Amino acid sequence: MKRHYLLPDISQAGRIGCSLPHLDVPSSELPPEELLRQELGLPEVSEVDLVRYFTALSKLNYGVDTGFYPLGSCTMKYNPKWHEDVAKLPGLTALHPYQSEQSVQGALQLMYRLQEYLAEITGMNATSLVPVAGAHGELAGLLMVKAYHQARGDKARKKILLTDSSHGTNPASAAMCGLETGVVASDARGDLDLKSLESMMNEEVAALTLTMPSTLGLFDPKIAEISQLVHERGGLLGGDGANLNALLGQTKFGELGFDYVQLNLHKTFSTPHGGGGPGSGPVCVKENLIDFLPTPLVTEDNGRYSFMSPPKSIGKMADFYGNFGVMVKAYAYLRSLGPEELKRISEDAVLNANYVKEKLKPHYFLPYDRTCMHEVVFSGKKQKAKGVATVDIAKRLLDYGLHPPTVYFPLIVSEALMTEPTETESKETLDNYIAAMIEIAREAAENPEVLRNAPHNTPVRRLDEARAFRQLDLRWEIDHQKK
Amino acid sequence: MRPKHRQKAHNRERMTGTMPLPYLPHTEADRSAMLREIGVSSIEELFHDIPERFRNAEFSLPPPLSELELKKELRQLAASNSNLDDYACFLGAGSYRHFIPSTVEHIIGRSEFSTAYTPYQAEVSQGTLQSVYEYQSLICQLTGMEVSNAGMYDGSTSAAEAAMMACSVTNRSKVAVLATVNPTYRDVLDTYCRGKNLPLVTLESGSESFPSDCACLIFQQPNFLGYFEQIEAYVQKAHDVGALVIAIVEPISLGMFRPPGDYEVDIAVAEGQPLGIPMSFGGPHLGIFACRKEYVRRMPGRIVGRTVDADGNPGYVMTLVTREQYIRRGRATSNICTSEALMALAAAVYLATLGKRGLKHVAELCYHKAHYAAQAIDKLKGYSLVFPQPFFKEFVIRCPVPPSQINQVLLKRKIIGGLDISHLIDNGMLLCVTEANTKRDIDILVETLGSL
Repeated sequence: MKRHYLLPDISQAGRIGCSLPHLDVPSSELPPEELLRQELGLPEVSEVDLVRYFTALSKLNYGVDTGFYPLGSCTMKYNPKWHEDVAKLPGLTALHPYQSEQSVQGALQLMYRLQEYLAEITGMNATSLVPVAGAHGELAGLLMVKAYHQARGDKARKKILLTDSSHGTNPASAAMCGLETGVVASDARGDLDLKSLESMMNEEVAALTLTMPSTLGLFDPKIAEISQLVHERGGLLGGDGANLNALLGQTKFGELGFDYVQLNLHKTFSTPHGGGGPGSGPVCVKENLIDFLPTPLVTEDNGRYSFMSPPKSIGKMADFYGNFGVMVKAYAYLRSLGPEELKRISEDAVLNANYVKEKLKPHYFLPYDRTCMHEVVFSGKKQKAKGVATVDIAKRLLDYGLHPPTVYFPLIVSEALMTEPTETESKETLDNYIAAMIEIAREAAENPEVLRNAPHNTPVRRLDEARAFRQLDLRWEIDHQKK
Repeated sequence: MRPKHRQKAHNRERMTGTMPLPYLPHTEADRSAMLREIGVSSIEELFHDIPERFRNAEFSLPPPLSELELKKELRQLAASNSNLDDYACFLGAGSYRHFIPSTVEHIIGRSEFSTAYTPYQAEVSQGTLQSVYEYQSLICQLTGMEVSNAGMYDGSTSAAEAAMMACSVTNRSKVAVLATVNPTYRDVLDTYCRGKNLPLVTLESGSESFPSDCACLIFQQPNFLGYFEQIEAYVQKAHDVGALVIAIVEPISLGMFRPPGDYEVDIAVAEGQPLGIPMSFGGPHLGIFACRKEYVRRMPGRIVGRTVDADGNPGYVMTLVTREQYIRRGRATSNICTSEALMALAAAVYLATLGKRGLKHVAELCYHKAHYAAQAIDKLKGYSLVFPQPFFKEFVIRCPVPPSQINQVLLKRKIIGGLDISHLIDNGMLLCVTEANTKRDIDILVETLGSL
């Protein structure tokens, strides 16, 4: 079979991929004809062809199980296998969300404990597990900020301050809450510029949201001053917890002055990313925001667990209670770690990033030359000067069998290359990556063409994105089935 | 709410302190060598930017368990739940028990799919990208709509994002929803609408006129109470005043019933969970989102397109990315980033496994079994079928006693009864029957109800 084929190409009338039961009750009268469907254009594929088709597709993919995946800000750590096994227990998957609480006490207990553990790790007072992704958790945080100020009768606060290195989801989430955004500049060290904050932090500002450590992989030592300034002027301090991996067991968001923080269980707590989800984006809050948390929360009373809704809740954000299946894996991860082990995770994550930083510093421009946390941001501008863009460096890494770092983000670093090795990678793996990056720097100087045409040995070569945009081809149609 | 209940630390002698953690490959020799390269004497030093007074926080967490111990604990915890594999389940209302062929779990379980990130590097993500293209195609075929995105969080957030999109397309700020839409969907809509300061109006089914200042009409087909709305005239009225029409549909029903693309819908959304995804106590599920081609540039979420590579071979990329938050930031069509990609893959594999005949057959099994159950219950003394309209797999019965009491009795007989909706309809219960319910299950349900 040729490689470029789609489901309709292996479809033949009369095939099916599974066996189905016969009707075991008398059939009833059909509804009026006008309600019925005339044509259903789905492919008809045999089980073996189907399995081979998707197996072949899977081989075109690169995952954490394939190799090193230093995608900055995404914390692509290894996902332990046994978490997948426990998450498949029928007692955890064959549960209907509307079963009586008495029949799902085990599930509620797991959620309750996870709420507690996450609050403990972040130094917060309560957790809602409802948000299903990081951006969903950000939305929850900002909706709470809005509700908090409204409940105090402070209606003028309609602005959210962000830093110029923030994730794109931060301003997008603010827009979904009908809030304006203001951008606080970074200073020469890559930290938040206090003077800029000082001048912007007025009575219209509802909150400052900070990624901690920042997307530059830097911890801002002025965090106490920032928190004090924001709170003195009536604002709240919100945390984007995408980079919690750097702080696990070291310090707590609550103690740093944050009023809320949104987490990503699919990053820090090792649940697989699934090619773009499912994730889970719990939001942890201090006492002042507990009443506003998205509903429902799990409470415990004398060993009995039940759902409850906070009195001033921002409301429901999803159909049910969040991504329970993801929570199970994060719970398994957390229960396999105590306080000491949590600390060792952040230590090795930070050690690995600094090791990569030191080894690559002679070869790539390092815009902020200081100790980094869990990730390091280089700039490809030395190479750019020779006509090699960061995208070329990334594509060339693919030829070395490695996944590239995050590129062109954060926006304040030109030609950014943001590397997050994570703690699950060995020294040998890092050395292999470092060697490839050094070799690519040499190629950039000596043979730039090989980079500009990279990748050379991937399943497909560089793809024409402009054509994809101009000539939209977003689906097959069954009419095209037999060419 | 503050954690008050803490687990007591185990008193037994702990030996794991001497064991390395499987997640951390570094030996002490590795760490020392790396610290030397960095030029610091301890890992501590790498954290010097964190002010001293915030360091060394105290953590009250239970001691760690090994894989063996934890598996046992989780098996016990799972066993304390009433797992529906051991019950006859007649509960639906947004999450459904359907048969899941083994192909689905095996394919989505391949770690090349499950451990990949969002496909930013297309050359090594063709597996994910091509399967999203398949998913988009299958969803278009199923719904009769022109374009689909790569999936959203769940049915309710798909509906909410559709409302936001309609406001942006029409440049209006008011959202109209029919009262027969699933109440939790309306709650989620309310949260999103309040967030964006958009008034939400609820219209009774069968209203005469449609408010001319609304951006959209949102209805559910079949509706929350299970029956099909007679909606076409009302869809016309909404279109007449320039509003977009958003249908919330049920994907299995489309194996048998008219797809939204056939009745002038602008945006179709659905909960994708019935398509090969376990109920999992409510998540992860999948939001289906499809619309007319003319609105594709206003769509939220990822979209994959087919193109060619430098050698002219076909390949796939994420496209129309200028709609997305990582490019457009505050002016993106949505804040969505990580979604439910693996669940969309499950839905694609499910639809391809069943195919044209299989999906129709499953839909017909649901239809006939639900009608068999409804007719039998309707004949019982004290029970009645509340709505005379055509329905698919869900229907409302009026019971002689409160449904909560009935459900207690059913549970003792290993039956999970329907949803208690007595707050909406006197002694009303919303029942759901699928292909996973055998005739025997249904007969026992009917017999038990009759014995009350």
